[in-house]
Amino acid sequence: MVFDKNNYAPGTHPDLPPPPGTVGVVGWLKNNLFSSLSNSILTVLSLYLMYLLIEGSLSWFVVDAVVNANDKPGCRKIADGACWAVIVKRFDQFIYGFYPLAERWRIDISFCLLFFAAAPLLYPDIKFRKYMLVLSCLYPFIAFILIKGGFFNLLMIETNLFGGAMLTVIIGVTSIACSLPLGILLALGRQSRLKLVKVISVCFIEFMRGVPLITLLFVASTMLNYFMPPGTNFNLLIRVIIMMTFFSAAYIAEVIRGGIQAIPKGQYEAADAIGLTYWQTTRFITLPQALKISIPGIVNTFIGLYKDTTLVVIIGLLDPLGIGRAALADTKWNGLSTETYLFVAVIFFISCFAMSRYSLWLEKKLSTDHN
Amino acid sequence: MNSKNKNYVIKINEMHKWFGTFHVLKNINLEVGQGERIVICGPSGSGKSTLIRCINRLEVHQQGHIFVNGIELSGDLKNLEAIRSDVGMVFQSFNLFPHLSVLENCTLAPIWVRKMPKKDAEELAMEYLERVKIPEQAQKFPGQLSGGQQQRVAIARALCMKPKIMLFDEPTSALDPEMIKEVLDTMIELAETGMTMLVVTHEMGFAKKVADRVIFMDEGEIIEQNTPKLFFTKPTNDRTKLFLSQILNH
Repeated sequence: MVFDKNNYAPGTHPDLPPPPGTVGVVGWLKNNLFSSLSNSILTVLSLYLMYLLIEGSLSWFVVDAVVNANDKPGCRKIADGACWAVIVKRFDQFIYGFYPLAERWRIDISFCLLFFAAAPLLYPDIKFRKYMLVLSCLYPFIAFILIKGGFFNLLMIETNLFGGAMLTVIIGVTSIACSLPLGILLALGRQSRLKLVKVISVCFIEFMRGVPLITLLFVASTMLNYFMPPGTNFNLLIRVIIMMTFFSAAYIAEVIRGGIQAIPKGQYEAADAIGLTYWQTTRFITLPQALKISIPGIVNTFIGLYKDTTLVVIIGLLDPLGIGRAALADTKWNGLSTETYLFVAVIFFISCFAMSRYSLWLEKKLSTDHN
Repeated sequence: MNSKNKNYVIKINEMHKWFGTFHVLKNINLEVGQGERIVICGPSGSGKSTLIRCINRLEVHQQGHIFVNGIELSGDLKNLEAIRSDVGMVFQSFNLFPHLSVLENCTLAPIWVRKMPKKDAEELAMEYLERVKIPEQAQKFPGQLSGGQQQRVAIARALCMKPKIMLFDEPTSALDPEMIKEVLDTMIELAETGMTMLVVTHEMGFAKKVADRVIFMDEGEIIEQNTPKLFFTKPTNDRTKLFLSQILNH
């Protein structure tokens, strides 16, 4: 049926469907890939390049790759693609470090529980949230008892045996969980009308931001002992976590301050006018809006922190990168740096990509300004 | 001082205010009786918004005295909270909380300032949302409503605190012409309940219909005040005459 645009009396024009080929898959292809001759050529060219790239790397990654071998020459005897045997043979180390073999179930359980403990915090609409929050509150203690041991007949494990991805998760999750509340307090402190609170917050933030993380880690590993009474042995891992927390809290504080300052003045006036106190305004009006605005910046900082955990290699803790370097130093696997570093990259990419997607989901969920 | 006089819910005595060195309010004297409806008009920059913002201390005056319900406004936080919970305010730009639903906007203060149980607060909020004729929007967010609806929510939010005085700071200035009427109708209904109202507005039709007294301000001073009938028909001051000729003849 063909409509003549003059067929309708004024005020009676019905809603018509869009012309064919402007919506749906065809419309998308037309708009995005083949909108002009030059764009069509670029599309075809890109597809060809992608084909070359995938075809070339597949043979190295999969077809000519070796999974079962005892050393590098063993790999090369079979095929000359990737020698994944180094990862396979050292997989346990990459995950658990030097945690005793017989006790590794404790790590597994803690790791699984972590998902249940984090779920109610990350997904506010989850079922049974109230009960799960109890687990969230208890989780730090449960995880400590399980991983460190020394209670309930659990064998005490020295922290210098911790390593691999497990170490990254312990440092990363603890620092992230502690630095958010600390960052919020610092951001509020910096805006405070109380001079002393403000000065302390500003000094803390500026000092932490002004010093490289590596320096702070060296301070944690060596210098802090000078400030302790002789004979005290303050666990290195805890020192590292504290420094990491302080460092990222300073950044978080600045990100959140940006969010707070983006809130229109009218919001505070409205809160004042209905009689809310400072803390009520902060809790119900300022923070929910400021945190929502700051999500991209906060997650940015967290991803940075998570990746910075690799710096602990320098003070002798063996995270996945450290384990990888140890593997490369082994004469059996000498020279397999591509395989090793790629694997370490994948370990980090999984966590960081998950954080990034979560933040996008959260932003969308909290958005209230569309229909 | 006769500030305890029960007839006056607001009493302003020789009040001055400066923004930095700019003298924005000059020697303001004003008494507002229980149930009185006052419209304040004047050219922009004349200090009318600043004046009503001083009444709940969103702006701080530097000289003189302001009494609300017999309590003097001062740096004392206890007094201030008591006064603010009795004085409702409606802003030009609505200032609803965008992250809270309409219902939550209305129940927040009753729950946390008046310590009302959540269920009672929600019933109260629905009652006022019905009065401003938008109960069906209770679960929506402010960003999903039209300007006129948002302003009516803002009025309901203020009313939920059961205030004794309502301040309106140019409540219709940010609205499309079609929506001005729905907000004015709500305000007229509110006036009929006997609420004490101070309204800064350019809606002279509203002033004629509702006001007990019209106040004209210019350059930080109260130039003239009178009943609407006399104010519009027999203005005495030249500046008032000029202002009225400008806003009424266009």
